[in-house]
Amino acid sequence: MDAQSIIARRVARELRAGNLVNLGIGIPTLVANFVPSDLKVFFQSENGLIGTGPMPEQGMAHPLLTDAGGRAISALPGASVFDSAMSFGLIRGGHVDITVLGGLQVDAEGHLANWMIPGKMVPGMGGAMDLVTGAKRVIVAMQHAAKGKSKIVQKCALPLTSSRRVDLVVTDMAVISFSDGRITLQETAPGVTVAEVLAVTEADLFIPANVPQMKI
Amino acid sequence: MKAVSVEEAVARIPNGATVMVGGFMGVGTPERLLDELVRQRKSELSIISNDAAIPGKGVGKLFDAALVSTLTTSHIGLNPNVQKQMMANQVAVNLVPQGTFVERIRAGGCGLGGVLTPTGVGTMVEEGKRRIDIDGKSFLLETALRSDFALIHAFLADYLGNLSYALTARNFNPVMAMAADTVIVTAENIVPVGVIAPDHVITPAPLVDYLIANG
Repeated sequence: MDAQSIIARRVARELRAGNLVNLGIGIPTLVANFVPSDLKVFFQSENGLIGTGPMPEQGMAHPLLTDAGGRAISALPGASVFDSAMSFGLIRGGHVDITVLGGLQVDAEGHLANWMIPGKMVPGMGGAMDLVTGAKRVIVAMQHAAKGKSKIVQKCALPLTSSRRVDLVVTDMAVISFSDGRITLQETAPGVTVAEVLAVTEADLFIPANVPQMKI
Repeated sequence: MKAVSVEEAVARIPNGATVMVGGFMGVGTPERLLDELVRQRKSELSIISNDAAIPGKGVGKLFDAALVSTLTTSHIGLNPNVQKQMMANQVAVNLVPQGTFVERIRAGGCGLGGVLTPTGVGTMVEEGKRRIDIDGKSFLLETALRSDFALIHAFLADYLGNLSYALTARNFNPVMAMAADTVIVTAENIVPVGVIAPDHVITPAPLVDYLIANG
């Protein structure tokens, strides 16, 4: 299985019936593909929709119905639309149960950096700062390392997205949690050993006595 | 409300004006007004828009024609022209978290001086701002945003200027229609009064100054 599918499948297992969920662009978007069809969750698109559905069949797309990246989507029965003040009221006001975002770095304290690389890439934060600050649960879905360099760092060198700590990080190698206030290796990916995770993790991970394998 | 041609409406916008533009990645953006701004070469514009769209679409057209001096926005990541113009100091870009962006505009349209938001506390966004603690929680004071003009795109407009929107094209339009001295609207469909039921009017007619006649 490819790295992105491992991550998306594992994140999908965090969703519960009735959850209002916001998926960021990139790997997080793939999570919707792995949600069991009998599990009813609401997906929010921050450009003003709850009830986003898959890409419409050919010829069925509408130019005024897109995701936050401007790509055509569909709306499921029971969907609702609203303006951006409402959309971010939902996000900042704690009405979104889970937000899944991509990341550039997550550090030992659970801080996320995902919106700029000074001097190189300044796309802007879009809705990320509001999502991380306001959602009930923040899950980061990203590759464990980029070009061999750990994205799980001791302290973020890149500008932070929020002072709020994230709850869970799911990578192609591991699941990392912060539930006891310390950065903890919770699971390893299929076929990956604890030693292999440690070899590409810069942060000082706490390793519990028993580290199960991801169920995906 | 006055119905005017797109040429006439844009002629009222001077060089250097501050202009809010509705839309999200070019969806719900009044393209005809942007095309006319380019044709009349209105320059040194201060644009307030959620994102910079992409080249050739939405507000992206204004950057293709190098008509913008200042951009207040939440995201420019999908428009390489804006990134280039920013790095070359041709465009000053003020990046604002999206939820803060819309609340600052809402405040501007609702007579508020600003809003208190937890978003940005402890990040680069806090620089130069007042932090205010209420009941043990920290907030940033974010000031209101208003503009000279708001360019709005609706799905339905009736002859009086009542507006409704479609699907994800609503986004920033109703909020911006509250926050500008002059509000100019294009609509996909202009319909008789009564077609939009009172319950379905999102932007009430008195907020609209000019409705662009459909050709």
